[in-house]
Amino acid sequence: MRNTKVVTLEQAIERSGLRDGMTISFHHHFRGGDKVVNLVVDKLAAMGFKDLKLAASSLSDVHKPLIEHIKNGVITAINTSGLRGELADAISRGLMSEPVVFRSHGGRGSAIASGELKIDVAFLGASACDELGNACGVPRSENAKSICGSLGYALPDARYASHVVVITDDLVAYPNMPHSISAADVESVVVVDSVGDSSKIAAGAIRDSKNPRDILLAQQAAKVIINSGLFQDGFSIQTGTGGASLAAVKYIREEMIQRGIKASFALGGITAHMVKLHEEGLIGKLIDVQSFDKVAAESIAKDPLHQEVSAVEYASGQHLGSATHALDIVILSALEVDTDFNVNVLVGSDGIIRGAIGGHQDTAADSALSIIVCPLLRGRIPCVVPKVTTLITPGKSVDVVVTEYGIAVNPGRPEIAQKLKAAGLKVVPIKELAAKASSIIGTPDPLPFGDKVVGVVMNRDGSVLDKIYNIVG
Amino acid sequence: MMFVPGNNPGMMADAHIYGPDSIMLDLEDSVTMAEKDAARLLVYNALKTIDYGTTEMVVRINPLNTPYGKKDVEAMVKAGVHVIRMPKTETAQEVKELEAEILKVETELGRVGETRIMAAIESALGIVNAYEIATASTRMMGIALGAEDYSANLKTNRTPGGAELLLARETIVVAARAAGIACFDTVYSNMDDMETFRKEVELIKTLGFDGKSIINPRQIEIVNSVFTPSEKEITKARAVVAAIKEAQAKGSGVISLNGKMVDRPVVLRAERTIALAVAAGVIDKEEVL
Repeated sequence: MRNTKVVTLEQAIERSGLRDGMTISFHHHFRGGDKVVNLVVDKLAAMGFKDLKLAASSLSDVHKPLIEHIKNGVITAINTSGLRGELADAISRGLMSEPVVFRSHGGRGSAIASGELKIDVAFLGASACDELGNACGVPRSENAKSICGSLGYALPDARYASHVVVITDDLVAYPNMPHSISAADVESVVVVDSVGDSSKIAAGAIRDSKNPRDILLAQQAAKVIINSGLFQDGFSIQTGTGGASLAAVKYIREEMIQRGIKASFALGGITAHMVKLHEEGLIGKLIDVQSFDKVAAESIAKDPLHQEVSAVEYASGQHLGSATHALDIVILSALEVDTDFNVNVLVGSDGIIRGAIGGHQDTAADSALSIIVCPLLRGRIPCVVPKVTTLITPGKSVDVVVTEYGIAVNPGRPEIAQKLKAAGLKVVPIKELAAKASSIIGTPDPLPFGDKVVGVVMNRDGSVLDKIYNIVG
Repeated sequence: MMFVPGNNPGMMADAHIYGPDSIMLDLEDSVTMAEKDAARLLVYNALKTIDYGTTEMVVRINPLNTPYGKKDVEAMVKAGVHVIRMPKTETAQEVKELEAEILKVETELGRVGETRIMAAIESALGIVNAYEIATASTRMMGIALGAEDYSANLKTNRTPGGAELLLARETIVVAARAAGIACFDTVYSNMDDMETFRKEVELIKTLGFDGKSIINPRQIEIVNSVFTPSEKEITKARAVVAAIKEAQAKGSGVISLNGKMVDRPVVLRAERTIALAVAAGVIDKEEVL
């Protein structure tokens, strides 16, 4: 090829014009198997960079080497949707001087598009890329090693970052098409041995939960959907990947078949369960911002009715064309729900960050019906509480809370409560659920928070929703 | 009747949310020797503090001839359990001994007669004595088959078809009916084979059992679906009940439906169908009254 963008990682960094104090970005489509963040930040540290701001679509257990880079001053600020594992633990205890800024997936997309979150250099891992930078997350050769399917969360970075470096472990012949990331947006291509541990990127199809409580929650959630008034031909749905969410899909499927109802589309993180319904003709189209398992990643590679969308197209609050605005029903999980229907999906009952906002705020706000599936008790931890530890999704966008002890409906949605009661479901005031939890478990001692702000939770419109303080001890 | 190990607080705390008719907290086979005292304390506190609503609460105690049996009785009667299930019952005398223990604790508490007894029959001798066991005390509310020990005692194995249990099952139903108490079938423990479980539930319903012992909430739906009368059965039963009412209103001693005389077994069966339908929540209690 006469023109090639293929260089070494060091050359790509030099070419990017990156300087101390600038913002670098990453996506999390390789999930727990991601090698790109650690590879790049290690290199940046070795090259002597300091005071970099890291803007990732999410971070997980695998990114614990960042702890050293934070201590050494290589990374001084983090933007992300979530944090888990040792990195989250260290940050919760006050590792960083700057608070971590948490945004939803839609909120991050909007912030990048509006320039509020300005990215100087994006380092974007890809499953396949040609020499000019046309990149994708699906296999394009027999050498494909790290398959993730949709690259939806990387697309705003590719479009809006000042400089884009694609990192791949499968350089394929030009033209790599159709592509997710266009060569027009890419400055450099770096080829490495491996961008991800395939066993941790996309698990095989998740097995159906046999946990009786998950099954009970799923049956209740399915009954809420079926009796909500929205369960009609052409409806649309998004579910999470938890045991209860996936099991709910099973019950909804049975009812769809029985009533001859078909969904127009399923949205969000796509799983094998959704692919199955689509292939059976029960769901018309799949709008995929993240392929959760191997089946979904294989489907998006071959099925024209299974399409990738960017985080902006998926869930931006500022763009009315985003898919969440057309969404009827979403099933979401929660660590805690409070008596004002506020939801926390980020900070655990021990005050340690252990989750991600994901699309929670976005889908709850825009969908016609948001259903939170949450056990009342997790062991000795109450999950319906008087006040959430950290506010992530405001109660005004939460419609129904499904627990194993009953279903609470937001007083702002009396028509839903009426329909569910008419269908014989056990609808109870949310305060009664909180009281039940407290009667069984008692009231936990207050968490030992310090006075240092370690995290700031942004609403999807760019306003601040809540602050997370350091945990002491 | 759902079996829940008495040493598992998590399972005890939310067993009732799955809607079993009764819960049997176990102090016997699911608890190791080392944990007997801890489990007794846990079950006592569960009964005292957890709101099980209208679920009937049963505790399976250790046999009275072990060091734990009498302590179990004392703690459970004090906790206000509805039913004490005696394991491995072989003679009427054993029931009488349990009754005496219960009475002793109840007298101390000043609430005599509240605790009922269920006897599990788990041996050939127990089957031979089934009727005597069933009628050994006015506190007896039911007898149940424990098939694992029983089939071992017979020197055979459990099979999917359950041929080895046929005599025991029939004996228990006959003894219970003769005594005017309830009868419950044994557990089925292969959770990966729901089809065989369903067949077993269908079989024991045909034999006349009142219910099935279960070990997992996932089995509840199948038991309920088998025991819940079909719409056709309910319609027929309603017609019979309506005919009785009409006959009573007319002061007529002879009941007829569609030109045929309705005899007493038909009436009893219809009433049982309606009772089962009400219990399953398929028809409203108000409707029947």
